[in-house]
Amino acid sequence: MEIAQINKLKNNRFFETYKTQISTFIALIAIGLILSLMTDKFLTGKNLLSVMRQSSINSILAAGMTFVIISGGIDLSVGAIVALSTAIMGDLVVNSGLNPFMGMAVALLLGVIAGSTQGLIIAKVKIPPFIVTLGGMTVWRGVALEYVNGSNVYGLPKPLIWLGGGDVLGIPAPVLMALLVYLGAWFLLKKTKFGTYTYAIGGNEVAARLSGINIDKILVLIYSLNGLLCGVSGILIAGRINATSAVVGVGYELDAIAAVAIGGTSMSGGKGIIWGTLLGALVMGVIRNGLNLMRVSPYYQQIIIGVVIVGAVSIDALRRSRK
Amino acid sequence: MENVTKKFPGVTALDNIQFNLKAGEVHVLLGENGAGKSTLIKIMTGAYTPTEGVIRVQGEEVKIDDPIHAQELGVGAVYQEFNLVPFLDVAQNVFLGKEPRKNGVIDRQYTLDKTKEALDMVGADIKADALVDTLGVASQQMVEIAKALNSRSKILILDEPSAVLTEKEIEKLFKVIERLTAEGVGVVYISHRLEEINVIADRVTVLRDGQYIQTVEVEKGKIDKDELVRLMVGRTLDDFFPKHDIEPGEEILRVENLGKKGVLENISFSLKKGEILGIGGLVGAGRTELAKAIFGAEPADSGKIFVHGKEVSIQSPSAGIANHIGVAPEDRKKEGLVQILEIDKNINLASMQKISRGPVVNFNKMDKVSNSMVDKLKIKTPHLKQLIMNLSGGNQQKVVLAKWLASDTEILILDEPTRGIDVGAKVEVYNLMNELAAAGKAIIMVSSELPELIAMSDRILVMHSGTISGELSKDEFSQERVLKLAAGGEA
Ligand SMILES: Nc1ncnc2c1ncn2[C@@H]1O[C@H](COP(=O)(O)OP(=O)(O)OP(=O)(O)O)[C@@H](O)[C@H]1O
Ligand SMILES: [Mg+2]
Repeated sequence: MEIAQINKLKNNRFFETYKTQISTFIALIAIGLILSLMTDKFLTGKNLLSVMRQSSINSILAAGMTFVIISGGIDLSVGAIVALSTAIMGDLVVNSGLNPFMGMAVALLLGVIAGSTQGLIIAKVKIPPFIVTLGGMTVWRGVALEYVNGSNVYGLPKPLIWLGGGDVLGIPAPVLMALLVYLGAWFLLKKTKFGTYTYAIGGNEVAARLSGINIDKILVLIYSLNGLLCGVSGILIAGRINATSAVVGVGYELDAIAAVAIGGTSMSGGKGIIWGTLLGALVMGVIRNGLNLMRVSPYYQQIIIGVVIVGAVSIDALRRSRK
Repeated sequence: MENVTKKFPGVTALDNIQFNLKAGEVHVLLGENGAGKSTLIKIMTGAYTPTEGVIRVQGEEVKIDDPIHAQELGVGAVYQEFNLVPFLDVAQNVFLGKEPRKNGVIDRQYTLDKTKEALDMVGADIKADALVDTLGVASQQMVEIAKALNSRSKILILDEPSAVLTEKEIEKLFKVIERLTAEGVGVVYISHRLEEINVIADRVTVLRDGQYIQTVEVEKGKIDKDELVRLMVGRTLDDFFPKHDIEPGEEILRVENLGKKGVLENISFSLKKGEILGIGGLVGAGRTELAKAIFGAEPADSGKIFVHGKEVSIQSPSAGIANHIGVAPEDRKKEGLVQILEIDKNINLASMQKISRGPVVNFNKMDKVSNSMVDKLKIKTPHLKQLIMNLSGGNQQKVVLAKWLASDTEILILDEPTRGIDVGAKVEVYNLMNELAAAGKAIIMVSSELPELIAMSDRILVMHSGTISGELSKDEFSQERVLKLAAGGEA
């Protein structure tokens, strides 16, 4: 084959593989352009940074959700695990004087414990993830509320506040954290056995098992990883609002799932690209920000975001069904 | 069909194809794996739209939108991979997507009556309200045919229908085809088995690499096998079953009194290095179950397994793999492959350990292994990143074999290894089996194809309802003996 021909094939393949993500990217740019025309506040460095800061938590949660969905599962307990880790951390750090770094470790650990428990039940008892995490959603929030007795905690120590609101060379700390998470997630998904197995399980669990893959172990790891990222988000939220509470994070799972879907990951598993999820989270962040700038009422915002989610996924599905 | 072309990204599956079908004839499509047969029929049924070309039905140019539209035009098809919904009943499946309505709800009685009519037409003794999941493969296929037919059917397309059937069931299928052609239905038939073509074909059209080669009229019972093979692969094959005799080495596997309630009973045998042990029997005799029990996919509940003379406990596929056992399953779609994953990952899925350092996969190694397998097995694909679902059926089967060759398998269990692959590729697979045997590996080959079983095995075990009904050594091989034992009689 001629070199040019080979290159053309390769380019085609790049386009084939990333079609959804490319169109999400184009949509993101288009929305940005429209917003910069409609309001002069959108296209300012300050505003763009704040979009990224506001999107960072949803991005991080959506990264974990991407693994779960590629494996053919779903996790509805995300918001509750965020609340569990942030509330207990806040209580320990502020009320019991625990070292803030130890507090963060506790938050991460709680996330992992909650996630791995769900993973174990899904793998061993073979109950659908939807049901297990639906139960988890009320259990973890219940534990959090019970532990702090429904009360909030204010005035967190410096390191936590820096993580939520500080910056490095002008880049907000949560944004850096999100970037780190995405690099790690990309590496896991693309470069490790764990990632390959995640795709294989979501694509065909029977064939994966008959290839000698330890499905149970991989599932537990996936839900633990998702829990860990809930813990990370819990820490960032605490720092950002300089308070902790057991009622934060309501509905976060839905935003995370939406970002994954907009990013082109298949809801039936086996297929998805982590950068697509990041784009999905940014699309949601940009739209929210734009609507805020234009002072659209929160009720209308809800309607618009819902339409965007279904619209984005429909366009993709319609294009796919053309053969 | 005139000048039909179909391009996929990176592949021209069909290039300027001519094809016509007369009423009442059986027209066979012949070609190697990936030649474009399935693609051609998917165009006939509207599952794919052609990139170029014209389709005429009874002289009139048509544009077929989708399979339901095709059915309205009188074109029905049974695809290579089954498409029934297991937990719906037969009538619901037959009318899926075109449910007739009466007063706003599905007219159940009508669907039951019509389904019964269609089942009678194919002469199948199946109840219209039976759950598909409870039916055997052959019955499911009859349901597929019934689904493809309606009172207006003029064309019936069957893509490798015989691949999943036993000899008896194939005979039955041929009766159905005869009945339909007598009524003027034109049948397009795809099969890699030349013996079948000999029995039913009126004309044969050969495709090679997406090109139209030739259409030949054939006389039943008198086909020129060599000529067809030459048209198909572009060269002649001098030996359809190239068997090398290898002196077996020491024992590598021994099974003692293996049992599983209701499935397997009292199975004992041993296997030596370099040996090809054939397992014959009818569908449902427990052959696949035996393979799965040894491998650990569905562990036995009594008996012992010895590998290299040491007793081992194999309770999961990973334990089977740890003991260097591999199974290429008969049902590649469900058990063998991850359809939406790339070729290279599928090939390496059972041996990721080998190409990884710690948790990190070395993709250069993955490429190397995959490339060598693609070359060795002549897997037809534009590149290694192609998704399995975009490969032709036979090439998918080759990927299943590649997966087990890539892992360090010493005891390779092949469950219907040549199902759905073309004559040329079959010879490749046989050569590969020879090569493996010569390298000291042991092979268990479960096969329903008697000529293959007899030609390639060093020894044959025949199973009947979960037990071994007899063992044949090379000088005792004959089709009659295998069949008798398979039916539970004495050899
Ligand atoms: N959806 C698709 N996307 C990309 N390539 C495809 C697709 N479907 C088929 N192909 C390619 O088109 C070619 C023809 O495939 P087809 O399934 O028609 O072969 P076939 O003659 O039926 O072979 P077999 O005997 O193995 O079933 C193959 O190279 C295959 O990889
Ligand atoms: Mg085919």
